[in-house]
Amino acid sequence: MKNKKLNLAIFGLALLAPFALYPVFLMKVLCFALFACAFNLLLGFAGLLSFGHAIFLGTGAYVTGYLMLTYSITPEIGIVAGVIVSALVGLVYGKLAVKREGIYFAMVTLALAQLMFFFYLQAPFTGGEDGLQGVPRGALFGLIDLTDNMVMYYFVLAIFVIGFLLIYRTVHSPFGQVLKAIRENEPRAISLGYKVNQYKLLAFVLSAALAGLAGSTKALVFQLASLNDVHWFMSGEVVLMTLLGGMGTIWGPVLGAVTIVGLQNFLASGPLANYIHVVMGVVFILCVLAFRNGLVGELQRLVKKNF
Amino acid sequence: MLHGYALGAVMATFLGINLFGLFGQLLVGLINGSFYALLALGLAIIFGLLKIINFSQGALYMLGAFTAWMALEYLQINYWWALFLVPLTVGAFGILLERFLIRPIANEDHLYSLLLTFGVALILQGLFTDWFGSSGLPYAIPEELKGGTKLPFMYLPNYRAWIIIFSLTVCAATWFMIEKTKLGAYLRAGTENPQLMQAFGINVPLIVTLTYGFGVGLAGLAGVLAAPVYSVSPEMGSNILIVVFAIVVIGGMGSIGGAILTGLAMGIIEGLTKYFYPEASNTVIFLVMVLVLLVKPSGMFGKEA
Amino acid sequence: MNLMRKSLITSALAAAMAVSATAQASLSDDKVKIGVLADMGGVYADICGQGCVEAVKMAVDDFGGTVLGKPIEVVSADDQNKPDIGSVKVREWVEKDQVDVVTGMVSSAVTGAVTKVLTANEKIALIAASASHAFTTKACSPFNAHWTYDVVSLANGTVKPTVQSGKKKWFFITADYAFGHALEKVATGVIKENGGEVVGGVRAPLGTSDFSSYILQAQSSGADVIALANAGSDMVNSLKTAAEFGLTEMTDVAGLLVFTPNALALDPEVAGGMKLTTGFYWNMDDQTRAWSKRFMKLNNGKIPAMPHAGAYSATMHYLKAVEAAGTDESKAVMAKMKETPVEDFFSRNGYLRKDGRMVHDMLQVRINTADERKGSNDVFTIEKVIKGDDAFLPLDKGGCAFALSQK
Repeated sequence: MKNKKLNLAIFGLALLAPFALYPVFLMKVLCFALFACAFNLLLGFAGLLSFGHAIFLGTGAYVTGYLMLTYSITPEIGIVAGVIVSALVGLVYGKLAVKREGIYFAMVTLALAQLMFFFYLQAPFTGGEDGLQGVPRGALFGLIDLTDNMVMYYFVLAIFVIGFLLIYRTVHSPFGQVLKAIRENEPRAISLGYKVNQYKLLAFVLSAALAGLAGSTKALVFQLASLNDVHWFMSGEVVLMTLLGGMGTIWGPVLGAVTIVGLQNFLASGPLANYIHVVMGVVFILCVLAFRNGLVGELQRLVKKNF
Repeated sequence: MLHGYALGAVMATFLGINLFGLFGQLLVGLINGSFYALLALGLAIIFGLLKIINFSQGALYMLGAFTAWMALEYLQINYWWALFLVPLTVGAFGILLERFLIRPIANEDHLYSLLLTFGVALILQGLFTDWFGSSGLPYAIPEELKGGTKLPFMYLPNYRAWIIIFSLTVCAATWFMIEKTKLGAYLRAGTENPQLMQAFGINVPLIVTLTYGFGVGLAGLAGVLAAPVYSVSPEMGSNILIVVFAIVVIGGMGSIGGAILTGLAMGIIEGLTKYFYPEASNTVIFLVMVLVLLVKPSGMFGKEA
Repeated sequence: MNLMRKSLITSALAAAMAVSATAQASLSDDKVKIGVLADMGGVYADICGQGCVEAVKMAVDDFGGTVLGKPIEVVSADDQNKPDIGSVKVREWVEKDQVDVVTGMVSSAVTGAVTKVLTANEKIALIAASASHAFTTKACSPFNAHWTYDVVSLANGTVKPTVQSGKKKWFFITADYAFGHALEKVATGVIKENGGEVVGGVRAPLGTSDFSSYILQAQSSGADVIALANAGSDMVNSLKTAAEFGLTEMTDVAGLLVFTPNALALDPEVAGGMKLTTGFYWNMDDQTRAWSKRFMKLNNGKIPAMPHAGAYSATMHYLKAVEAAGTDESKAVMAKMKETPVEDFFSRNGYLRKDGRMVHDMLQVRINTADERKGSNDVFTIEKVIKGDDAFLPLDKGGCAFALSQK
């Protein structure tokens, strides 16, 4: 299978990358790639557009950040706690949201996210506008010090691979097939006897947990958690990444995240620094007008057509 | 003078509630509600008649405020002319937007129009941030509306009173035009059953374009109205957009009267919240939105889907 | 592809250099690199922003462009007043781009995050524009140098005389983040010490567009003084709204932190007569006028705010210390900076204290009314010079652990 070779090649590249590029930048890419993959699980495979997914990223970041700052725990415990809380928030939100469809689903998630944003703004443990600063990275299992960027990078890479494989397995499992069936034709899935809302809910919780994983990891990488992580702009950004890369494809969100984060980084240090939002906007419009299948989607079509 | 107010404030308490303070907040809420109503109206027209989710409404409101500022700064066009010319300009911009960007995806899922117009909003905000910085520009209150009126419970600046009167008039007139006149009937028919109207020889694409232009023009108008009281800044649109969006959803997507009433009501609810629990004032609308969506997903005034 | 390969090679080289550089003693990577971090386009753009970049470049030029025979480079970035954006940028600067020292730093929330990154990497922070006093007290570090002013000096300069003049009841409109909280807390302390009381307060998020409901609350509180514990365009907008609702005619409004560009943006009818505290005023004497005149040429003809002057002064003092220490190694440079008195157009009777506080004379000024102004930039009249040791918090009261344990 040629896909296997491709996957191995990408993995090899990821192993070598920190020798050539600034590791913190690469870690940022990995965190956002995981975030986008988690989001894609919901949008691409279950057909649900959540417009408040940043909440789960931020929940992971705040919980992990707070625990690491307050108690001297090891990072893996901090991350697990972040993921669990994100999943719980996802469970509550999912229960409320999956009853609604299409644009109303998007609206419920947006409104719930705004409520959560308010909570994080006001709650004393988040540091309000200051955010949580100086979160220690700690030592993995109490043994491996993560302060060094190179060590941290391989830790983040491992987390990404675990998250990614989990999504891959989910999508290719019978559960994933049912999700796709719901996306394609919901009434049909219902008439076949599937409890559609339970499937949707499970997908929602899984997606929330993985977004939380990305957030927890991000908090350790940058050693801070802030309101930016829970803002609705961040929710918009993850939609863009997924759309650009190609929703409903396995590698699409990764490619989308690499492109967007890379673009932001490239623009930030160049003469177009003030135009980041403009460029993002243009990318949005191009995506919608010219290639709704995203980069990977178009690529696949090209391959199918010509080979 | 301060002591007059303070004394009054102390006296006008009821069950431990400072009534003067409360009335003041309610009035300020009504002023904000007028903006919400105007913006929500434009959004509701565009969604109700065209089924386009216009996420750039906030950015076009910002564009309206900046156009008024530039007109005054560079062309010496005063506030009153701006009130007339800016909505036309912004509306014309909207027409171009509809014609070249939105029409090509008219038959796709609604979510695509949301994403596309979100992109437009990002571009506008980015450009204006680069050109004018984000610290905000001052726009003077027109001479005729300076000063204020002393009410028993507060000092009401004349311009704020003007905002309420003017925007309510515009909202009422628009509602009347769409719901009660022949022109409005054509409009509703043309968008509900385009084939039939086309067969009657009515140019439906033109109607769509003009309707979009009108809805967007309302955002421009709100922008001019806002310029003298809020600082004219590139972020003014993105801050208000989500709130206005929530209002349209609460009112029932596409319900024009619903958008206007909800806009005013939410302004007042916000005012109440500012009095009792100020920190939550930005959030209370979303709480209402969640509740409404869970109980009556088509919104307070929407038709059952 | 070519571009990609090129960047791969350069970053590999940079990484290799980084490894070899740490081993060297004198100048790391054969140059001194100064990072200027500020809000470039937001509510605080006018008080530091691009002007701080120009001020630092001016200091570098005045120093001669080289130190210890090696070039001095200046880089800058926009933090958008967001702690995450600022700290990520600074982390990249020190870890990847070999930046030796960072100055500018406006929002206290950003500075809090950034100084943590700098301290962890043993790099010096020359804080030119932030107000919170945390950086030399609770959150102090041997690598912090807090230059221009802080909340304690503002409260001592502005609040104390007002309370003493008989205005006892205060209401706060506070910027809802580190700086606002710190200013409110310190000012409240000063008010209570002098027999006054705080009758209420509201916290408004940074960049609030409409202050009217806050102004109404202030109005019904019955306070003698409405204190604006915010800054930049937030301060300007809240004062404007106060005037619109007739508040300025009924009661005193005290801007606790007013920078010259903000004072210029205010209608003299509204702001005239207001007293405030500043670390610098361009029209104080010949020295300040001479420097300001040169600065205005670089800053589109706009007069300097105190962070601009502070950024210049701090950069100059740093470069002199590098020269004197013969190295850019942070600890040695900091030791030299603390040894040498700071005396220039900006800093009078100044010295960098053990805890990193740069103590210098502060000015109590009054905003001129329209009739008093002799020119468009004639915005303040200096009423009193406050001695540095009276203006700032004494070392033993700050609770900076490392400085107190040093003898």
